[in-house]
Amino acid sequence: MAAVASKYKDLQDLGVEIFSISVDSHFVHKMWQDNELSKMVEGGVPFPMLSDGPGNIGKIYGVYNENEGVEMRGRFIIDPDGVIQAFEIMTPPVGRNVSELIRQVQAFQHVRKTNGEEAVPSGWQPGKPTLKPGPDLVGKVWEAWKVEEAF
Amino acid sequence: MKPLKVGCGKPTGSKIGKPQKEETETKETEKQEEATMAAVKVGDKAPDFEAPAYQGGNFGQIKLSDYLGKWVVLCFYPGDFTFV
Repeated sequence: MAAVASKYKDLQDLGVEIFSISVDSHFVHKMWQDNELSKMVEGGVPFPMLSDGPGNIGKIYGVYNENEGVEMRGRFIIDPDGVIQAFEIMTPPVGRNVSELIRQVQAFQHVRKTNGEEAVPSGWQPGKPTLKPGPDLVGKVWEAWKVEEAF
Repeated sequence: MKPLKVGCGKPTGSKIGKPQKEETETKETEKQEEATMAAVKVGDKAPDFEAPAYQGGNFGQIKLSDYLGKWVVLCFYPGDFTFV
């Protein structure tokens, strides 16, 4: 969570609101913030830390583990229409990649800005070529885009 | 974040409702539903919810549908004071 917090400014610049969610109470969130997170990143976690004690939110988003009573590491990108554009769910021992989150937000925002006329190929980052799907592109992606652009 | 009154009971109480849409319903007609394990899909409307939250020294209440018109990222995680 500290890693997400450290990139909060970049995400805010993209117009993104972040909410973290766990089954801990908001009182425990405060203790975690005061005693640990504030020592990992200056100012601690700046975004709202939500409490989902009964696991209700986790259940409807499919990230709640009923045996362990906790939520898996789930990350959802929701667009301004309230539509889920992407998610990633991981078991607890592996942390998420915040740079990849930012890249995906930029990619979805680009597609939205072009009203879906442009698609962004694998590994796309701002400034890299996009594709304009249409009859002329069928069978011609190999000319319009090189695999090296993915990395 | 709407202010949240801090009481003595164990603070829980996230609520879920219909998939979020423009504010047409009044509080009285808002239905709370029993949560069942249902995986959402990309392209679905994000299910609405309301939950207590801590931010910047204050307790408050966050409702997802209040943020329609903005990009929102939800980060679920296993628990405070876990290691990753």
